[in-house]
Amino acid sequence: MSRLPTGGRIDRSRPLQFSFDGRQLEGFAGDTLASALLANGVTVVGRGTKYHRPRGILTAGPEEPNALVEIDRGGGRREPNTRATMQPLFDGLVARSQNRFPSLRFDAAALAGLAAPLLPAGFYYKTFLSPRGWHHLWEPVLRRLAGLGRAPDAPDPDRYANRYAHCDVLVVGAGPAGLAAALAAAETGERVILCDEQAEPGGWLLSDPQESIDGQPAWTWLDDAVATLRAHPRVRVLTSTTAFHYGLQNFLALAEILPEGSRLRERLWQIRAKRVVLATGAIERKLLFHGNDRPGAMFASAARTWLNRYAVLPGRRAVLAASHDSGWQSVFQLQDAGAEIAAIVDWRAAPPPPLLEEAARRGIEVLAGHGVTALPDGMLAMPRAADGTLIRNRTRTLFCDLVLMAGGWTPTVHLFSQSRGRLRWDDAADAFLPGEPAQNVVCIGACRGTDDLAACIAEGQAAGAGTSLPPRVQRAGGLAVRAAVTGADGRSFVDPQNDVTADDIRLAVREGFRSIEHVKRYTTTGMATDQGKIANMVGLAVVADTLERAIPEVGITTFRGPYTPVSFGTLAGRHRGVLFEPIRTPPLHDWAAAQGAVFEPVGLWQRARYFPRPGEDMQAAVARECRAVRGAAGIFDASTLGKIEVVGPDATTFLERIYVNALANLAPGRCRYALLLREDGCIADDGIIGRLAADRFHVTTTTGGAASVLHMMEDYLQTEWPDLRVWLTSTTEHWGVIAVQGPRSGEVIAPLVEGIDLAALPPMGVACCTVAGIGARLFSVGFTGERGFEINVPAGHAPAVWQAVLQAGAPHGITPYGTEAMHVLRAERGYIIVGQETDGTVTPDDVGLGRLIGKKKADFIGKRSLDRPDMRTTGRRQLVGLLPIDATVPEEGAQLVIAPGSATPLGHITSAYASPTLGRPIALGLLQSGRVRIGTSVFALGSTGTAAPVKVVSPMFTQPAGEGENG
Amino acid sequence: MAETIIETLPPGTRLALRAAPEPAARLSGAFGVVLPPPLLTAAHGGKRAALRLGPDDILLLAEEGAAASLLQALAAVPGAGPVSLTDISHGQIALRITGPQAGELLNEGCPLDLDPATFPPGACTRTLFGKAGIVLWRTGAAVFHVEVARSFAPYLRALLDEAAADLA
Amino acid sequence: MLLIPCPHCGDRPEIEFRNCGEAGIVRPTAADDAAWTAFLYLRSNPRGLHAERWRHVHGCGRFFTLHRHTVSDRFESAP
Repeated sequence: MSRLPTGGRIDRSRPLQFSFDGRQLEGFAGDTLASALLANGVTVVGRGTKYHRPRGILTAGPEEPNALVEIDRGGGRREPNTRATMQPLFDGLVARSQNRFPSLRFDAAALAGLAAPLLPAGFYYKTFLSPRGWHHLWEPVLRRLAGLGRAPDAPDPDRYANRYAHCDVLVVGAGPAGLAAALAAAETGERVILCDEQAEPGGWLLSDPQESIDGQPAWTWLDDAVATLRAHPRVRVLTSTTAFHYGLQNFLALAEILPEGSRLRERLWQIRAKRVVLATGAIERKLLFHGNDRPGAMFASAARTWLNRYAVLPGRRAVLAASHDSGWQSVFQLQDAGAEIAAIVDWRAAPPPPLLEEAARRGIEVLAGHGVTALPDGMLAMPRAADGTLIRNRTRTLFCDLVLMAGGWTPTVHLFSQSRGRLRWDDAADAFLPGEPAQNVVCIGACRGTDDLAACIAEGQAAGAGTSLPPRVQRAGGLAVRAAVTGADGRSFVDPQNDVTADDIRLAVREGFRSIEHVKRYTTTGMATDQGKIANMVGLAVVADTLERAIPEVGITTFRGPYTPVSFGTLAGRHRGVLFEPIRTPPLHDWAAAQGAVFEPVGLWQRARYFPRPGEDMQAAVARECRAVRGAAGIFDASTLGKIEVVGPDATTFLERIYVNALANLAPGRCRYALLLREDGCIADDGIIGRLAADRFHVTTTTGGAASVLHMMEDYLQTEWPDLRVWLTSTTEHWGVIAVQGPRSGEVIAPLVEGIDLAALPPMGVACCTVAGIGARLFSVGFTGERGFEINVPAGHAPAVWQAVLQAGAPHGITPYGTEAMHVLRAERGYIIVGQETDGTVTPDDVGLGRLIGKKKADFIGKRSLDRPDMRTTGRRQLVGLLPIDATVPEEGAQLVIAPGSATPLGHITSAYASPTLGRPIALGLLQSGRVRIGTSVFALGSTGTAAPVKVVSPMFTQPAGEGENG
Repeated sequence: MAETIIETLPPGTRLALRAAPEPAARLSGAFGVVLPPPLLTAAHGGKRAALRLGPDDILLLAEEGAAASLLQALAAVPGAGPVSLTDISHGQIALRITGPQAGELLNEGCPLDLDPATFPPGACTRTLFGKAGIVLWRTGAAVFHVEVARSFAPYLRALLDEAAADLA
Repeated sequence: MLLIPCPHCGDRPEIEFRNCGEAGIVRPTAADDAAWTAFLYLRSNPRGLHAERWRHVHGCGRFFTLHRHTVSDRFESAP
C-alpha cells in the first residue's frame, strides 16, 4: 500500500470496494480509479496499442494516454476507453485493462516489441496498400492487436439528457484563475456558469495546498470560494463537466457526467454565453528518453497530485528527469512525504541557483547537463553532449521505481483554437499562446502562459469583471522543447497511446512529409484520445528539429472538438427508442390499433396498412378490403393528408399561379384534382382543390408533402408575389378525414348527412354540412375510381363520426381498409402516387396528365420549363400499365428492357400488386416512349437476374365504375 | 425545490387570424381583446387571448365551442377585411407547465433563453422542443402555456415527463 | 449552432430556421432557354460574402435575406 496515513482530500470514513482485472481492491470516496490503483500499488494498467509494452499511469488528468480501462457497470453498461484518472471511484466499480492478450502480466503480443523494426511509421498504410489481397491475411491479426478497447455489444440502458442554457459569463476551468473570474463576475450580478472537468473544483490548487492566496492557505480560500459560488443565485457550478466544443457565437457544448447512482448518466449542455473566460490550465510535457513509456514514469505534476490530493506516494525511490524548473518542487514534496530521491537529472547545464541550493540543503544529488536512459530497474544518467546525444562512457546508475518527467508546460489552448482564435508562438513561454480572439473570449491563468498564482487570481478578477487583463506573468523557466528533443534516443516515445517514437517521426520527415498535419496523420501522433494534449508539442519539436526549422515555421495542427471523448449517449440525449423522433398518429389510430390493424410508417406517421381477420395474411386481407370497396363500401382514415386553407381576395389568382390547372372557372362548391410542379417542370405534389367560397379554398396535399408544399407556397407568396392578398393556414391536424368509398357509399352516409341535399352534391363537389351531427366539409371525391366521399370533421370528433358511419354502413357491408388496399385500388385505375410513380424527373405529360394543364394561363410554376426542348422530346419515359405474362407480381424497381440480356434500361416498374379486381398481377411503370409501345412486350429484370416478359397496356386497368375522377 | 407540474389543458377554441395590424385592430371589440398585441407578445382578457406570433400572424384562443359564433361575429365586423380567419381548434393541444423549474424543464428541449429578463410573462413565440414545433407563451413567472400540433402531443408529453422526472 | 438575426424576432437559434438558397435570383418573366437554365440551376457559390435566403420556419414564418460570409459564417450587412 502506498497510501499515506494522513492528508489528501479523500474521505477516509467512506471506504469503497472495487475490482481491477478481477482483483478486489479498496479505495476511498474522493479517489479516482487511478489514485485508488496507485494506492494499492497497481502500476501496470494497460498495454500499448502497437508493441503491447506494459504501461502505467502517466498523468493525473484528462490527458492520460495509458490508463484507458473498460468500466463495466453491469446490465450492458460496459464502456471502453475510460480514463482511469477521470473516473471517480464508486462502490462496486468493476474495471478491466485493455489491449492485453491473454493477460496484462503476460502479453503474447508484446513480442511485437521485439520486432519493432517491422512496425515503423506508416506501417498500416504501407501494409494495406500493397500487395493487393495481402491484408486479408494480416487484417484479422492486426485487428486483434491494434485499436482501443472493445465496443459494447448490448443496448445502453442508461438515461442521457440535453439542456440548453444561456449566461452572461461562462468560465471554463475552476482552478484559481477560473474561480477568481467566476467570483468577480458574480459580483456584477451577471448570470455565471462555471464548469470544470474534475469532480471537485479547484484545479491545480487541489494539488498544491502549500500555496497561499490573500494570506489564506490555498484550501481555505478554495473552500470559501466554492461555497460563495454555490450559494449565489445567479451562479451555476458544474463539476465533472467538460467543455469539449467551442462553436461560433460563443456556443459551447459541455458533457456533464453525473454521480454514480443518479437517474441520469450524462447530460449535454449547450450553452450560449455573452462572454467566455477560458481558464483551462496547462498540461505538462514529457521528456524524450529511452524508457519514458515505462510503468513508473510519470509527470512530475501528476506525482504532486497523487501526493497532495489523494495522499498516495506513487513510488519509494524517485528520479526527476527535468528540463524545466517546475518539477523540482514535486521532488522536494515527495521527499518531505518520505520518498527517497535518487537524483535530480536536469538536461540543463545550469539550473537556477535557488533550486540547486534547496536540493543541496536537502541532500539531493543533482546531475545537471545530464540525460537518462532506462535500465531494467532504474535509470542510467549520462552527460548530454552539445548535440543532445548522451555521452555513453560516463554513466551513472540510479536505482528507482519512479521517474518523474518535467519537460515544461503546454497551455491548453484547444477551446480557444476551436473558437477560431489565432495562436501565436511565444519564445519566452516556449509555447503557442492565445493570440487574437475571434469571439468575445479571454484566456487567463496557465492557458495564457501565466504560472504565478497571485497573477492568476488577478487575471481572473479582471476577466470576471470584464476589465482588461494585467500583463502575463511567468516565473519558471526551462530548456526550450526544441532543444530538449535534439539528439533524443530514437526509441523514446512521443505518443505512448499510439506507440509513436521519435524515430517514427524522423522517418516520416525523411520520407518527405513536411506539413505537420501530414506527419500527424501518417504517424498517428496525437490522434485518438490525445487530440494534441501530450504528444503534439513534443512531436512538433522533433519535426522542427529534423527539418532544422523553428517550431512556429512548422506550424501547429488544427484543434477540433471534442476536446475529450464524448459518449454517443450524451450526444443522442433523450432522442432514442420511441423518442428518437415523433411518432405521429392520426385521430383514428386508437380504433385501428384496437381492431388489430397492421401499421406502416409513412414519414413520421403511423398508418393502418390493413386490417387482418383471424387466419388472414396480408394478401388475403388486402384482397378482401379491395373487393369490399369495389362491391359495396369501404371506410378509410385519410386524416394524414396535408390540408391548407387558402383565403383572401386574390386566392384564385394565387392558386392559378401555383398549380398547373385552370381554377378561375372553379365554382364554389366544386373541387378539382390539381398538379403542382417545381420550376423545372417536374411534378412536386398533387391534391384536391376545393372551393368553399369566392375567397376561400380547401387545398389538400400528399401526406409527405404537407410541410414542403406549404413552405413552397409561402415562399412564392412572400417573395415573388407579395402584392397578392392571400393567407395560408395549415389545417392538416384540425381535420380528421374519413373516406367512404364504393358503389354504396352514398347510401351509407345519406342518413347521417344534414344541411344539404346529398343527392344534389355532384361528383367533385364540396359542401359544408353536418355528418352525424358534427359540422363537416363533405367532398365527393375518391382515390379508388368508385363513387366516394371524404368527410372532413374536426379531429376530436372523428372517432365518433367514424363509429356512426360504421354503424350506418353495417347493413351495406362497410369494410375498413388500409393504405395497402388504397394503393391497389388506385393502381387498378392508373392513378399515380407522387413519389412512387414520380421521382422528381417526371412531367405531367409523362404520366398522362398533360390535360390538367390550363392551356390559356399566362404563367404557373414550371410552365416555362415545359417548353424546354428536352421536355418536349420524343423518347421520354411515360407511365404505362404492365401485365406480367407469367402471373407473378414483379418487383417494384425492376428495370425494363427490350429483350433478356439487354443492358439498356428503358424504364422501371414503379408499383406492382396482385389485383383482386382483375384476378391477376398488375404493375405501373415508366417506360421510354411507353404510350407507343402499348400492345408490345418488354422484360422486367428481377433482382435475382430473372427476365420476366410483361405486356405493355394502358395504365387504366379498369374503367371507372362511377363518376369519380382521379382524386 | 417544488415539483414541476405538466397538465394537458381541456379543449378550447383556436382561430388562426392572418391580418395586417390595421384590419386586425378593427376586430378588437368583437373578440374582446385589443388586437394586435406587439410582436411576440400575448394580450388576454377573460377566457380570450391573442398571441402575436408573426407580423401578420395571430393565434386567437377562446373558450371551447366558440369557434362558429366567433367566426360569424368577426366576419360581421364592418370594414374588417381583408383578413383570413381559420378554425384550427382541433389541430392543437395545450399543455401548462408550472413550477419554479418550468423554464429549466423547457430548456431540456427548447433552445431559447427563457430567463424572465429576456422572456418575461406575456412573451410568446413559435419555437421548437426537441423535434416538435411548439407555441410557447409565458403566462406567469413560473407558468408556461404550450401549444403543440395534435399528432406531436404524445411525443412532446413523453419527452417532458421524462425530463421532469429527471429534474425532480 | 448559429444565432440568426431574424428581422422580426431578433437573434434566434439556427435550428428554428430553414436555409432557402441564394438570394437575388430573379424569376424571369420571359426568358430564352439559356436564361431560364441559369435561373433554374446556376448559383454563385462564393468564397466570401453570400446573399442567402432564410425562413424563420419555426418562428414567425417569414422569409428574409441575409449576407453570410462562407468562410467565417459571420452575418454581415450587405456589401
